[in-house]
Amino acid sequence: MAEYESHTLDVLIIGAGGAGLRAAIEASATGARTALVCKSLLGKAHTVMAEGGVAAALGNVWPEDNWEVHFRDTMRGGKMLNNWRMAQLHAQEAPDRVLELEEWGAVFDRTADGRILQRDFGGHRYARLAHVGDRTGLELLRTCQQRAVSLGIEVFMECKIVRLLTDATGAVNGAVGFWRESGTFVVFGAKSVVIAAGGVGKTWKFTSNSWEGTGDGHALALWAGADMIDMECVQFHPTGMVWPPSARGILVTEGVRGDGGVLRNSDGERFMFNYIPDFYAKETADTIEEGDQWYENKTDFRRPPELLPRDEVARSINSEVKAGRGSPHGGIYLDIASRRSPEYIKRRLPSMYHQFKELADVDITVEAMEIGPTCHYIMGGIRVDADTAATTVPGLFAAGEAAGGMHGANRLGGNSLSDLLVFGRRAGQYAAEHALGRPDDVEIDRTQVDAVVGHALAPFARDGENPYAVHHALQETMQSLVGIIRTESELLEAREALDALEERAAASGVEGHRQFNPGWHLALDLESMLAVARCTTLGAIERKESRGGHTRDDFPGPDPEFAKVNMVTRMHDGAVVVAAEPLPEMPDELKTLFEEAH
Amino acid sequence: MSSEATVTAANRPAGAPAGSSSPADVTMRLWRGDASGGGFVDYTIENLGGEVVLDVVHRIQAEQAPDLAVRWNCKAGKCGSCSAEVNGKPRLMCMTRMSTLELSEPITISPMRGNPVIRDLVTDVSFHFAVARRIPAFHPGPREADGTYRMAQVDVERVQEFRKCIECFLCQNVCHVIRDHEENKPAFAGPRFFARLAELEMHPLDTLDRRELISRDLGVGLCNITKCCSEVCPEGIHITDNAIIPLKERVVDARYDPIAWLGRKIRRRPSPTPAYVTAALAPAAATGEVISTEPAPRATS
Repeated sequence: MAEYESHTLDVLIIGAGGAGLRAAIEASATGARTALVCKSLLGKAHTVMAEGGVAAALGNVWPEDNWEVHFRDTMRGGKMLNNWRMAQLHAQEAPDRVLELEEWGAVFDRTADGRILQRDFGGHRYARLAHVGDRTGLELLRTCQQRAVSLGIEVFMECKIVRLLTDATGAVNGAVGFWRESGTFVVFGAKSVVIAAGGVGKTWKFTSNSWEGTGDGHALALWAGADMIDMECVQFHPTGMVWPPSARGILVTEGVRGDGGVLRNSDGERFMFNYIPDFYAKETADTIEEGDQWYENKTDFRRPPELLPRDEVARSINSEVKAGRGSPHGGIYLDIASRRSPEYIKRRLPSMYHQFKELADVDITVEAMEIGPTCHYIMGGIRVDADTAATTVPGLFAAGEAAGGMHGANRLGGNSLSDLLVFGRRAGQYAAEHALGRPDDVEIDRTQVDAVVGHALAPFARDGENPYAVHHALQETMQSLVGIIRTESELLEAREALDALEERAAASGVEGHRQFNPGWHLALDLESMLAVARCTTLGAIERKESRGGHTRDDFPGPDPEFAKVNMVTRMHDGAVVVAAEPLPEMPDELKTLFEEAH
Repeated sequence: MSSEATVTAANRPAGAPAGSSSPADVTMRLWRGDASGGGFVDYTIENLGGEVVLDVVHRIQAEQAPDLAVRWNCKAGKCGSCSAEVNGKPRLMCMTRMSTLELSEPITISPMRGNPVIRDLVTDVSFHFAVARRIPAFHPGPREADGTYRMAQVDVERVQEFRKCIECFLCQNVCHVIRDHEENKPAFAGPRFFARLAELEMHPLDTLDRRELISRDLGVGLCNITKCCSEVCPEGIHITDNAIIPLKERVVDARYDPIAWLGRKIRRRPSPTPAYVTAALAPAAATGEVISTEPAPRATS
């Protein structure tokens, strides 16, 4: 590797958000030579955007809570499409992961007796989210960051990974990337690689995701031969800002509703009472009076429908706006001003107060917020073994949003931060175990490296259109044809549109030189987004039912046959193909948890 | 187009300029260049209204200058990536609404002056990451018998104020001690890290004593309390009043009355002060090496 900077490692972790940092902490503890590589600066990952809390059945507020209830809530929220074993491990291990954060310096809000306070969130039967006001993700990320720094873990910042490397047997043995600052290439040889690169939101037009959410992790794994599952299951968070245009899509935490906020249409009506699905009827209040009493007394009253899982709420908002009862800017109203005191709102929701004041000139203690659905999270992702986080490719592991299965067809709020911790730790542990079982350093195939470098530099030699224009067109296509409500004809149209967009992307060219050149970075990120868009579209065509984050206008209900399968997408002969494959079956003793459902 | 119709209702007026006097076009005067030099370049672009500075920079990037280097992540004031100087004032570009600026004049955007320039609006922030590595991590005492840590809300609130920090480093950028004095950097942590140190010092569960480090190696005494850091903090953290001044007082207390300090530490916690607290007294390496929190021999008397 004379011409390239190179690093030899046991475990390379791609992504330094919550999952990546937690994996690094675990891998490093085994003595494995561990490094993190991230596209931005350390501490800027999308995890900081998580607001409401981390779900864990600590039982601090409701002693009745336990892992079985959390497991049941998660599976039901995911419309039973979850990998049951992941949901079980997650519910069982989340409390320990949260307590461990406290040991590393996290400072959660407290109960009256000094323990970690927990708050209500949609789909969780009990107040379960450990939180710090409405900036829990920042607390989690900073805690893991400071822990990793104190352990001396190496972090390669502002480095974009272009492709994974494989050996003659197909096992992953490294990665090639470049420093964004200088544009020079770097080769990582690693016995294990963990993908913890987060989400895909930048593929859509209106999204809560930051610029990094371009699906790099998904695409790297796909190109290296890994299976994806259920990529059609994309969560549109019900409450994103809709005005002003520049703020469109920015997240408004579900904590607003957990703390008493309600949704109203242009007539001032609390319309969610008109959208209670049968699946949740038994546990949802059907009168305003009952719903309002639930905040104080969860034993005798049922939860208000504003706290149904996100997919239900997002669809309901969609229907209200479609029926002409929306707000002036095409959303609906989220009202906490008329429900709670200004002091309470500022104490519980300081970032939301700040965000609306600064960006929209709206005082949420006085006025209602205008909100609407925004692309937020992908439940689908890289197929992994529940216990070990191993993908279908030897040497490759995945955790966090990049991995699929944990959340089924819809994720409950608060379950992503706990997912990062539980499966970040497992990925780090098993990636290190895999690496330490292999005494010799990996041998990098120089031909592969040269090919990746050549491919990455190709946009400079082309004088095609600007990659920003292609990205814009991709976002428009996905937003309008593969958005929150889908239908066969539009999905087929999207599939054709993607063929054309792939050609445009392959012909696009970039100006300037390699030093910190965002146009070049986008040209390469675009490849990842196109791969994700392809997987989502193919999965959406084949899943001919509505389930969780996948809603088909032409198949409006769930279909029991589709409940039994994952939609698997993978590379075959240079193209992405899709196939329905059976879901792992839940053991009988866990099935009984669903028979006593309330 | 079932999905589009729902959330982008046609009744939304096209982004009208915020005020009737808003000009049709705005001129953005952006610093372009690298470590070897550069200068301001004017870009004239349509004023769409309802935008923040970062939106306009992004449109320039997409339409006129695709290689314009700028850092950003969340565009919601939560990650602290897009720090720059807007008309000379250190700001987050994502939280600066165009309507708050005088649009009839060119709007100047330059990189943070306190850091070396890499390219255009992107600066070298490695100094701050190196300082972070010099700070001994949180080190709690043992858990309660029931496996929990107990802390009162009132006691964690002052710590939580500092943990709101998004590490935008605007405070580091305006601090007089280092803004135009590169030579002070090895001996000075800067406001962001005084807030971090105050957070650790005030944490009800922490057992380390970092005061020798704070005064001798990280230079809290160099701060002359001009409060510039507090003024630019986008999170409204009272860095000077709530972090730096209390740290200065604690450091002085330690110099003159170590017994009183020890008494406070012991009263505050059920556990005895462990041996590894002395590790923090070891001199911090200016090279940014990690300080071990493992038991270490006492370095000073």
